Amino acid sequence: MKLLLMGNPNVGKSVIFSRLTGIRVISSNYPGTTVNYTSGFMKTGDREAEIIDVPGTYTLEPTSEAEEIASKMMKTGDIVINVVSAINLERNLYLTLQLLEQNIPVVVACNMWDDTVHCGINIDLNKLRDLLGVPVVATSGLTGQGIKELVENISQAVSPSRPQLSRDERWSLVGKIIDQVQRIEHKHHRWFERLEDASVKPIKGSIIAVMVLVLSFIVIRFIGENLISRVFDPLFDNLWLPILHKVSTAMGGGGFLHDIFIGKLIAGEIHFVESFGLLSSGFYIPFAMVLPYIISFYLVLSILEDTGYLPRLAVLLDTTLHHLGMHGFAIIPTMLGFGCNVPAIMATRVLESKRERFIAATLVSIAIPCASAQAMIFGLVGKEGGQYVAIVYGTLFIVWIALGLILNRIMKGRSPELLMEIPPYRLPALKIVVHKLWQRSQGFLKEALPVILSAVLVINILFVLGVFDHIARFTAPVVTGVLGLPEESVTAIVVGFLRKDAALGMLALLPLTAKQLVVGSVVLTMFFPCIAAFIVLYRELGLADLCKSMLIMVIAALTVGGILNIVL
Amino acid sequence: MSLNELKSNEKGVVQKINGGTSLINRLNALGIRPGKEIAKISSTFMRGPVTIQIDRSQVAIGFGMAKKIFISTDRKEE
Repeated sequence: MKLLLMGNPNVGKSVIFSRLTGIRVISSNYPGTTVNYTSGFMKTGDREAEIIDVPGTYTLEPTSEAEEIASKMMKTGDIVINVVSAINLERNLYLTLQLLEQNIPVVVACNMWDDTVHCGINIDLNKLRDLLGVPVVATSGLTGQGIKELVENISQAVSPSRPQLSRDERWSLVGKIIDQVQRIEHKHHRWFERLEDASVKPIKGSIIAVMVLVLSFIVIRFIGENLISRVFDPLFDNLWLPILHKVSTAMGGGGFLHDIFIGKLIAGEIHFVESFGLLSSGFYIPFAMVLPYIISFYLVLSILEDTGYLPRLAVLLDTTLHHLGMHGFAIIPTMLGFGCNVPAIMATRVLESKRERFIAATLVSIAIPCASAQAMIFGLVGKEGGQYVAIVYGTLFIVWIALGLILNRIMKGRSPELLMEIPPYRLPALKIVVHKLWQRSQGFLKEALPVILSAVLVINILFVLGVFDHIARFTAPVVTGVLGLPEESVTAIVVGFLRKDAALGMLALLPLTAKQLVVGSVVLTMFFPCIAAFIVLYRELGLADLCKSMLIMVIAALTVGGILNIVL
Repeated sequence: MSLNELKSNEKGVVQKINGGTSLINRLNALGIRPGKEIAKISSTFMRGPVTIQIDRSQVAIGFGMAKKIFISTDRKEE
C-alpha cells in the first residue's frame, strides 16, 4: 500500500512524515524545503505501508517543477493523506477539493492545530467532516497531537469522487464551506507580528537584515573557534598525539609506511596539518578543523530557517538579485551553499525557470565557499591576519556580483517575478534544531571522512611514485605564470576536485607567502567543485549546461587568480 | 487602482486580476482572488516586490504582477 502525504507548501508535511515513519527529514519554516520526495515505511495494523512525502503544491494544475512532480506522483498512490494548515484553512481547501474530485481515497489532517488558539481561530471539525465526506483529524506535527488518531483513520479514507468543478466554482465552494466551519475572533497584533511587518519594510528591514547577518557571522565564528580551541584541539593534543607518537616510534620514525600513516615529521615532530599522514591530518582536518564550523554554521542556519527569517531576506534582496539574473528566493540556496554546495544546488530546484536555476547553481558552485572551505580559509589564511581573510571573502563577493551581472546580460530571457508566501515567524523548536544539526553533522562525517582519508592515502602514494611532479611540470606555465603559485600547488588544485578541505590543507604544506595563500584559497574555492557537488550539478543541469558552467568556472577562476596575483 | 498604488498599511478589496490563466491560477492558489480583502504591508525600493496580508498569511508579489492586480478602497481618489 502506498500512502501519499500531500498539501500546500510549508504546512508541516515533513514533520508529520517524521512522526509517522520515525525517519528524520529536514524541515524548515519556508515553502519548498522538500524539493525531492522522501519515502519511508510505517505500520498500520499488521500491514506495512509505504509513505511518500510529496513536495508541497497549491494546486494539481502544476505551476512549478515541484508541483509537476507532485501531480505526477499522485497517480501512483493508493491513499492520500491531505495535510492542511488550520491557520489558513481557506486557501488549503482548494487543493483538498481537487483531491476529492480524483478517484483516490483521502483523509485530511488539519495540522498546526495548536496554533489556532492564539490565532483566535475556531474550526468546527465535525461539520468539515460532513461537508467534505472524508475523515478529518486535528493534528500537530510539532507536539505529536492527533498522530495516533490520524493513523487509525487511514483505513477509513474514502474517495467521494466529487464532480469536476471549474476553478471559480471550486473557489466559491471553498467560500461556502469556510462560512460554515470557521469562526475568527479578532486578536490584537502581537509583537511577533509587528516584527514580521518591520522586517519586510525597506528601511527597517534592511537594518534588521544587516544586524541578523552580522550577528550570525559573529556567533558562527565564536562557537566555531571555541569548539576548536576548547574542545577539539585539547582532545587531539592530549589523547591522540601520544598514541601517534607511539605508533611513529614503533614504525621507526620514517620510511614508506610511516609517511603514509603518520606523515612527514616537521622538525622532528608530528604536525597535525603539515605532516599529512592518514592518522594525523587525515583525522585532524575533518574532525578538528571542519566539524566545529559545520556544527556552528548549521546551528545558526537552522535557527534562521526555523524562525522564518530567510523568506523575508528574499523579499528585501529581490531587486538586487534580479540584476544578477535570479529572483529573491535564490538567496535561500545561496545561504545553504555556505554550509555545503550539494543541498544548495539541489535547492535551486524551487526556482522556476531553467535560466534562473543555471545562474543560481553556477554562482553557488563558483563563488560560495562551503563550510569545509571556509573552515580552512579561517585556519590557514587567518593565521596571516584578518585582512587577508577579508580579501578572500571580498573577492568572492565581487565575483558573485560580477558573474551574476554578466550572466544576466549574456543569457537569453528574463528572470521571472517573485511570488511567494511568507511564513509567520515561529520560535524554533529546540528538538527540530537539534535533530537537524545532528543529521547534518553526521551527514558531513559520513560523506567527508572516507573521501578525505582515501584522498590523503592516494596523494601520499602518488607523491612517492612521483606522479605529481609530472603534472606539476606540465601545468607550470599556468600555475606559476598566471597565478604566481609554486608549481607544486597544482596538487592541491587536483585534490580540490575531491574535497576542498583536504585541498586547502595541502596548501599548508607549501612555503607560501600571505599573498600566495590568498590567491590559492580563492582559486581553490572557485575552481572545480568537489566531486559530490559536481555530481549534483550534473544531475540538476544536464551534461550540456554542466559543461557551460565548468567553462565559466575555469575562465573565472584563472582570470580572478591572475588579477589577484597582479594587484596584490 | 493597482496594488502598487495602494499605500502601506492601507486596506482594499481585490477587484480583478488582469492577466492570463496561469497568473490567475498562481495568484488564486495563494488566496488572491476577486472579493478578498487584503492589506498592504510594504513595498520595496526600485520596483521591488510588494508584501500583502491576506487572511492569516503574507504574500510577496513582484512589482509587475502587482500592477495587474486591481484593488478598490474607500479612499477618495484625489
